[in-house]
Amino acid sequence: MNAMTEAAVIRQHLIDPEICIRCNTCEATCPIGAITHDDRNYVVKADVCNGCMACISPCPTGSIDNWRTMPATRAYPVEEQLLWDELPPELTPEQLAEAGVATDAQAEAAVPVLAQAPAAAAATLAEAPFNSAAYGATTPPWSAAHAYTNLYPPKKPTTATVVGNINCTESGFASETHHVVLDFGSMPFPVLEGQSIGIIPPGVDANGKPHVARQYSVASPRNGERPGYNNVALTVKRVTEDHQGRPVRGVASNYVCDLKVGDTVQVVGPFGHSFLMPNHPRSHIVMICTGTGSAPMRAMTEWRRRLRKSGRFEGGKLMLFFGARTPQELPYFGPLQTLPKDFIDINLAFSRQPDQPRRYVQDLMRERAADLAALLKDSHTHFYVCGLKSMEEGVVLALRDVAEQAGLPWDTLGPVLKAEGRLHLETY
Amino acid sequence: MSTIDYAQKIPNNVNLSDDRTLQRALEGWQPNFIQWWDDVGPEGSTDFEVYLRTAVSVDPQGWAQFGHVKMRDYRWGIFLNPGDANRQIHFGDHKGEKAWTDVPGEHRANLRRIIVTQGDTEPASVEQQRHLGLTAPSMYDLRNLFQINVEEGRHLWAMVYLLHKHFGRDGREEAEALLQRQSGDENNPRILGAFNEKTPDWLSFFMFTYFTDRDGKFQLAALSESAFDPLARTTKFMLTEEAHHMFVGESGVSRVIARTCQVMNELKTDDVQKVRAAGAIDLPTIQRYLNFHYSVTIDLFGADQSSNAATFYSSGLKGRYEEGKRDDDHLLKGQSYRVLEVQNGQLVDKEVPMLNALNEVLRDDFIKDSVAGVNRWNKVIEKAGIPLRLSVPHKAFNRQIGALAGLKLSPEGQVVSEAEWQARQAEWLPTAEDRAFVASLMGRVVEPGKFANWISPPVMGINRQPVDFEYVRFN
Repeated sequence: MNAMTEAAVIRQHLIDPEICIRCNTCEATCPIGAITHDDRNYVVKADVCNGCMACISPCPTGSIDNWRTMPATRAYPVEEQLLWDELPPELTPEQLAEAGVATDAQAEAAVPVLAQAPAAAAATLAEAPFNSAAYGATTPPWSAAHAYTNLYPPKKPTTATVVGNINCTESGFASETHHVVLDFGSMPFPVLEGQSIGIIPPGVDANGKPHVARQYSVASPRNGERPGYNNVALTVKRVTEDHQGRPVRGVASNYVCDLKVGDTVQVVGPFGHSFLMPNHPRSHIVMICTGTGSAPMRAMTEWRRRLRKSGRFEGGKLMLFFGARTPQELPYFGPLQTLPKDFIDINLAFSRQPDQPRRYVQDLMRERAADLAALLKDSHTHFYVCGLKSMEEGVVLALRDVAEQAGLPWDTLGPVLKAEGRLHLETY
Repeated sequence: MSTIDYAQKIPNNVNLSDDRTLQRALEGWQPNFIQWWDDVGPEGSTDFEVYLRTAVSVDPQGWAQFGHVKMRDYRWGIFLNPGDANRQIHFGDHKGEKAWTDVPGEHRANLRRIIVTQGDTEPASVEQQRHLGLTAPSMYDLRNLFQINVEEGRHLWAMVYLLHKHFGRDGREEAEALLQRQSGDENNPRILGAFNEKTPDWLSFFMFTYFTDRDGKFQLAALSESAFDPLARTTKFMLTEEAHHMFVGESGVSRVIARTCQVMNELKTDDVQKVRAAGAIDLPTIQRYLNFHYSVTIDLFGADQSSNAATFYSSGLKGRYEEGKRDDDHLLKGQSYRVLEVQNGQLVDKEVPMLNALNEVLRDDFIKDSVAGVNRWNKVIEKAGIPLRLSVPHKAFNRQIGALAGLKLSPEGQVVSEAEWQARQAEWLPTAEDRAFVASLMGRVVEPGKFANWISPPVMGINRQPVDFEYVRFN
């Protein structure tokens, strides 16, 4: 973090010239005259723009919402932007480092991950502009337990033994998702709900280099999938196609889903020190997830269930918004149905149910606006979002709308949720 | 101050409830508007829930709220940008005087004419586009069409409010007439020619929203400079909405081009018939559509020399595009401007008084803006490694209005004989065969994330939603 002070850094606001239609809306909207244009491009003056975001929602194209981490001294000048036909790429960590900007403040950033922590660089900057990721907390709730991280870095992995592997979605469906249990034997591997671990697939990639670790959220509570044993559970979806629907075989996910009981795997971690659950007995937890984003939610729910069973927990509410294409593809669908209604308020959104309108988690959040508004007003409430990156914006926007409708200005509330470690985003 | 009151029958931010007479008059007009929407609004869409953008206030934070609503329940209403009590007239003979909040008697007829003409275009495009939903190339595009339709409907409200509020009985009658004229109606057509043309297919729609809604941008921008403050504030807010319409056109054509180039590269051909056989729209056809829509649209700016335009400017009713950013005297007396005319069968430049050439000034601003966008389409072709480039035809090509009306010119600007025009027209303007081919591609694709074969998916969804988001719910 200290390196951040070595070179002043800005998140420079830029307009994508390939998408912008030059409609002048942004320039007409900007309250401080930070946007200008010539016959070719609309551009933002880096020295004037204060990131107020007034121009963002009126833009019909989405071209306006582009940001680059830049050393302040090397911000793209207007004259240069006016000549662009396309946006320049983000500066690489090496280029930033050359300019005296550190980006790998967090150790886990060194591990290529599936489930990545919210944009750490943006969040640590003094004047981070609005985007949903910027509202993700980088600090844990005040009552969270202390987390251990990086006991086993990528260069010194430990070994775990597979002690369970079951399909936790209905078999025969495309989104086959496995619940995998790993046992660490006598090696210490303490985890908290919301943390993740990395698994290194054996072998080498197409370039002959060893595979890098893939990161998975822990789906079991702190005292183990089987209480009192040194084990953790993961929720892993078998990847068989890419985001465009083209066939592709995910290296790590297929490796993990195909593991047999008794196999051993190389594990790094644990990772994560902010996406942690509150321990305060009157704290409320709102969980919003899709697909394998359910893993940390299962961990938190199960820990609360065990606490409740032991009589050590009263008062705190649990509310879950869980999305999948169909019930058959929803991980843990069966066990979810058996949880008592007074223990957890479950809202399921299915987007591909025959003869049913498509519903997404944010639709349900809007439907439950009244209850969410009450929870938003309560300082004991913590929000957790986990799933595909594409859900994040919609969810945070829904939360913002619910807040605004309840008379809670998001400009005030959003930063408070972030600062108090009460809104956590983990999307990938 | 800028928040819109949705508790009322007619949502507004103009304190409508303080003026009971006006409120009752508008409430009387409202059922006729709904009837018009039901009769000639988007066909078969009554039960659809569309992911629409609605304003809850006219400031940046509030004006783009998204949610699924039925179009009939869209909150049409009266939204004016916040006013500035000290605003001054900044051009024309009244320069430096306080902007008008009421209509001065001597300008009443001209102002009414301007507002009625602008108002007439708004419902016209809804009428022109009412069948397009039946052949949408994707759910994403269907939603964009509907968003445009409801906003054009709201723009009609914006003009009707001005007519009712400021023009008494005449205004109320004109407001009624806006719902009675219909696009293409032989007996009672819309006022401007382009708004009586058909929009039979989606390529026409994208060209229309690119070119003709861009005309809207320039007309509204000129009106937003007006000394008549309510008109300036109304059109300022309309401009914010209009931007989306141009976006649909520019990105729509760009996606058609991208798909064509993709097919050309896959088949390694520039043979029109092979491209057509593969179900894509060949670039020469796109060029002919462009020629047609461009020439029809630049006619909308009116005659190249117009004493009305001079009057509108000098009296402060209608400024130039970005009047406030221009550094001249804003009076324009004694200045001149070049317009085209024909002498001895040749096009020549002629200097005319600037004030009389203001239609031409606005048209030239539009042309500059249009050409820049066509160059952005060319970037798509260039990126695909294909040598062909699109271009806008000569300003005098295929004109029906002004001194250039009826002149026979090639798109390159060469005056041609009637015989050559007849012989080569099919090279330059869409033929019946072109239109039939494009029409043959218009099958309805509305499954989320799926797109018709002749168009590429967009770069990103609306309001940061995924491209396969359920933008329309067919209940």
